[in-house]
Amino acid sequence: MSDITKQSLTELVENIKNKKLSSTDVTKAFIDRSEKSGELNAYITNDFTSALDKAKKFDQKPNLDLKLPGIPMAVKDLFCTKNIKTTAGSKILNNFVPTYESTVTENIWNEGAILLGKLNCDEFAMGSSNETSFFGNVQSPIDKNLVPGGSSGGSASAVAGQLTPVTIGTDTGGSIRQPASFTGIVGLKPTYGSCSRYGIVAFASSLDQAGPMAQNVKDCALLHEVISSYDPKDSTSIDFKRNHYSKELTNNIKGKKIGIPKEYRVDGMPKEIEALWQKGIQYIKDCGAETIDISLPNTSYALPTYYIVAPAEASSNLARYDGVKYGYRAKGENLIDMYEKTRSEGFGTEVQRRIMIGTYVLSSGYYDAYYLKAQKVRKLIKNDFDEAYKKVDAILTPSTPSSAFKIGEKTNDPVSMYLNDIFTVPVNLAGLPGISIPAGHDSKGYPLGLQIIGKAFDEQNILNIAYAMEEKINFKNKITDWWIK
Amino acid sequence: MSIDLKTIKHISKLARISVDEQRAEKLAGDLNSIFDFIEKLNELKTDNVEPLTSIAETSLKLRSDEVKSKNIREQIIKNSPQDNEDYFVVPKVIE
Repeated sequence: MSDITKQSLTELVENIKNKKLSSTDVTKAFIDRSEKSGELNAYITNDFTSALDKAKKFDQKPNLDLKLPGIPMAVKDLFCTKNIKTTAGSKILNNFVPTYESTVTENIWNEGAILLGKLNCDEFAMGSSNETSFFGNVQSPIDKNLVPGGSSGGSASAVAGQLTPVTIGTDTGGSIRQPASFTGIVGLKPTYGSCSRYGIVAFASSLDQAGPMAQNVKDCALLHEVISSYDPKDSTSIDFKRNHYSKELTNNIKGKKIGIPKEYRVDGMPKEIEALWQKGIQYIKDCGAETIDISLPNTSYALPTYYIVAPAEASSNLARYDGVKYGYRAKGENLIDMYEKTRSEGFGTEVQRRIMIGTYVLSSGYYDAYYLKAQKVRKLIKNDFDEAYKKVDAILTPSTPSSAFKIGEKTNDPVSMYLNDIFTVPVNLAGLPGISIPAGHDSKGYPLGLQIIGKAFDEQNILNIAYAMEEKINFKNKITDWWIK
Repeated sequence: MSIDLKTIKHISKLARISVDEQRAEKLAGDLNSIFDFIEKLNELKTDNVEPLTSIAETSLKLRSDEVKSKNIREQIIKNSPQDNEDYFVVPKVIE
């Protein structure tokens, strides 16, 4: 049984289709391993009993034409799941049971997958280490007391630790790619508008995107194919022709032009990251593609822009948590007092901090100086990419400026925590797709990732580049099962 | 620039989050260091730049104005912290 959880999604699908494994076998194996993995704290809510029932039901009448036939899957607790508690990692939603399903998870269940449970994340997806969750921090399967990254930390930990074959996360400023990089897995942040935001607890609506996280590029392509769809229920969902990403996947990237942006060589970046990047450039060349030096001159302004835009949108989105219609309510002497106490007791420190930043930048007299300024700089950042894509097909950068850090190491310094997202944030601001693939280890043996950024709607191209590079890199994740007794 | 305690009190009022003295001081410190970092944007001249208001460059699709969810009152009320039959209950607002 233990072998099952080591298999990739593609292998599991094949084995179920060939009747070498049943959905019950597979579901049992992942439940068993998840139950032994309490110390990772990857789950907020499990749905194991009903998962097993669904697997048995699937096996009685298996529909093997589906893309995810009887595959068990845990998802980030930011996706609303009908009749299953959805917390967004927050006390304020600790008792919230959605009466509807998010489009992205609906797409997954429609292809035959089975919900295992809901995975831990930073509160309202605000964090880079999964330490802001009301339900406690998540341990990385890579090493004890190491952060898995965030905000999709539970998702990264669960995939790397083999508690779920694949999963979905959300990425507002790097929340899929950074934890993927920290835990040695693959994570794709799709083009803004390709995956529906309907039923995802909102953080910053002009930046939020759902995306797949997997052990390898092919699995990632398959899951992306399932979740990407046009959805009239999301007004920013875009109706474009979607590929069969996994079927069309090819490692032939000969003649592709890959840009290397000099501005990503930031001060204080460890030598190991620079070396990894150079290795990546060599792999690109080995695949028969060409690298071209490019410039994205406004890169260093992306993070300050993000820390205006994202909190501003968050402060508006999170205004709905008032203790009236759903969620936590504190006792108050009057209505206003009730609102203020509910939000003070219900939101954690980081969320309050961001609501305060957002409220301030949108407040009377400051709007032009901050919010409007940020929107203008956002335009410049997007223009940088538009200009670069006249010369290149994709861009290669490191995923993060360092490997994973220890739990507690950055909690007292918000700005140093924010700097983690320096290479991922520009991609969200420009609405582009980006994928992080594991590419090596640092001297401590911790995984390091490389990021491939594509043109809008060009997921197939970056998946292909990632697929070709993956073959050359031949990365092996060092999972010691340290948490299993 | 510097965000003082008075400003913190003002923002917390706007954000409807009660903040005690101790939290207010910590928040002032945090916000000041974050805004020091944000000030970097002032290096850029943006007078003639159009603000980017929407990343998805498509116009909104029109649809017919039909009711699709019917009789979902129970579902809407289901998660309320306090309700009375078909109403949400809040602390008294009229004397």
